[in-house]
Amino acid sequence: MNLGEINPILLIASLMVAATPLLLAAIGELVVEKAGVLNLGVEGMMIVGAISGFAVSVETGSPWLGFVAAAIGGALLSLLFVLLTQFALANQVASGLALTLFGLGLSALLGQSYVGIKPPSMGDIHIPVLSDLPVIGPILFQHDPILYVGIALTAGVWAMLKYTRAGLILRAVGENHDAAHALGYKVIRIRILAILFGGACAGLGGAYISLIRVPQWTEGMTAGVGWIALALVVFASWKPWRALLGAYLFGGITVLQLNLQAAGVAIPVEYLAMSPYIITILVLVILSADKSRAPASLGRIFHASH
Amino acid sequence: MKFTSLLASAAMALGLATGAMAEDKTKVGFVYVGPVGDGGWTYEHDKGRQAVEKHFGDKVETVYVESVPEGPDAERVMTQMALEGADLIFTTSFGYMDPTINVAKKFPNVKFEHATGYKTAPNVSVYSARFYEGRAVQGTIAGRMTKSNIIGYIGSYPIPEVIRGINSAYIHAKKVNPDVQFKIVWAYTWFDPAKEADAAKVLIEQGADVILQHTDSTAPQAAAQEAGNVITFGQASDMSEYAPLPRVSSIIDNWAPYYIARTQAVMDGTWESVNTWHGIKEGMVEIGEISEAVPADVKAEALALKDAIASGEYHPFTGPLKKQDGSAWLAEGEVADDGTLAGMNFYVEGLEGEIPQ
Repeated sequence: MNLGEINPILLIASLMVAATPLLLAAIGELVVEKAGVLNLGVEGMMIVGAISGFAVSVETGSPWLGFVAAAIGGALLSLLFVLLTQFALANQVASGLALTLFGLGLSALLGQSYVGIKPPSMGDIHIPVLSDLPVIGPILFQHDPILYVGIALTAGVWAMLKYTRAGLILRAVGENHDAAHALGYKVIRIRILAILFGGACAGLGGAYISLIRVPQWTEGMTAGVGWIALALVVFASWKPWRALLGAYLFGGITVLQLNLQAAGVAIPVEYLAMSPYIITILVLVILSADKSRAPASLGRIFHASH
Repeated sequence: MKFTSLLASAAMALGLATGAMAEDKTKVGFVYVGPVGDGGWTYEHDKGRQAVEKHFGDKVETVYVESVPEGPDAERVMTQMALEGADLIFTTSFGYMDPTINVAKKFPNVKFEHATGYKTAPNVSVYSARFYEGRAVQGTIAGRMTKSNIIGYIGSYPIPEVIRGINSAYIHAKKVNPDVQFKIVWAYTWFDPAKEADAAKVLIEQGADVILQHTDSTAPQAAAQEAGNVITFGQASDMSEYAPLPRVSSIIDNWAPYYIARTQAVMDGTWESVNTWHGIKEGMVEIGEISEAVPADVKAEALALKDAIASGEYHPFTGPLKKQDGSAWLAEGEVADDGTLAGMNFYVEGLEGEIPQ
């Protein structure tokens, strides 16, 4: 056992990378749920984003276009969810699960000719002075741009929900869609926009895995991150900064436990393997001891005639 | 993830139910632990399935269900296959052992073949490949090639098959490079590209310049390529898309001849429960092309070892060998017996850390 072999700077830098797909997907789903819609299709939208982003960036040679395509791909798939739940008024749980299954199958089909190909690299940003700072430089200022997009999105969603009229309307729709409707707000339209946003974010998260974190295309490569994102939204009590904290905790402990294993720390591996789940849930449950609760209309179907 | 896989396999089972029921065809089922496009373990099993179809043409019908979790789900998928008239079912992961035995009891007329396990029944055979023979070749190359003298090893689950691989790679790396050290990380998954890549990155960050993997996807290869100056070996499949660097060689599982022979046995009515454990000699374990990144003398040494194993002249577990705790295991010149190897649950002397129990 030799803890000195763990480089804390590299550890923190890689935990941020490990957390980003989870964060992106969770922030998207948070907005969707704030609007009163429960979309269980996160995993499906992520994997479709992963393959559309991968395919486009390989074909065009531009990782940026890849991420744009991933967002569009995720949003397109969520459009299916829109049709089912907002127009056909289908059950949201069943539609979300169907979306995940469909997404997994569709991505496997789309990805057949992309196995074993290396995508173009996005490269890390380099800011003069800041990136060269000792310790802080490698931790904060030497990442790929999408990682910062994730943090910026968190801040943006937080400010939007808390300070803007649009955020207030979105929350109103999620809390009581009948009242919002009576006030003249377009409940369905607002929800559609929220769902599309959630799809785009999930798509970005998926592409982050296939273009940056791994980087390659393999069938089923999101391997359950979407489900963890869903759980994270609940445990974060629908608050953006807590979702960020949760994602970093989860990503961080996942990477840390691998580091501890490699350094030969004498903690049974089973405990290390389960620690990301336990510690993340524990911390967020303690944090949510205040009176946070789910949006009141979450998962309920809205029809103007009711 | 569990729940979706469950639904996915249920949907697949429904698909099977509506399939054609041609009475004279022999129906062969395959249960896979990952997707057929994983580029590793499941990919090779599916190549075996395709070989069966090609060999027998119209006389055979094959079905498969992929990404079946190890546990109760597996039992349900097997039951469904048996109900749909499968004559022979291959269950291709260690964790399907008990489910296979349970389902086999309910369907005495259906033949089952379980990969990498050790429990048999009148209608259950087990088959596996001596992957550790390939690991010996890998260990030799790894020991010669490492500059940092740290070799990273990504384990899946602490089961005998994986532990045998670690021991065999270590013994042979140590033989050619006494300073070599192994860092072992358990991923607790067969297939999770993001986690496998993370594990590879962690090992590289801690100084490893050789990564051996016992998980199914090509993600560690991609992570090594990204890092540069790290070599890897293809696992279960050739993974040649990562050659010549980082992938310098590979262990390829070739299941096709076995699958064809067993299907033939069912057709002829000569099928019996057997315990098959084939290696390099029989061709079930193949060593993938050693790339030009490996110096010629190392390549020659590795190939000589491979030939010695194939001819039976050399056994990768030959004494003198001690267990990790220093107790004696094999005396000078003594060769490990298959029973001990099949149930191997200890590290050899020199490896650090404990095996998770």
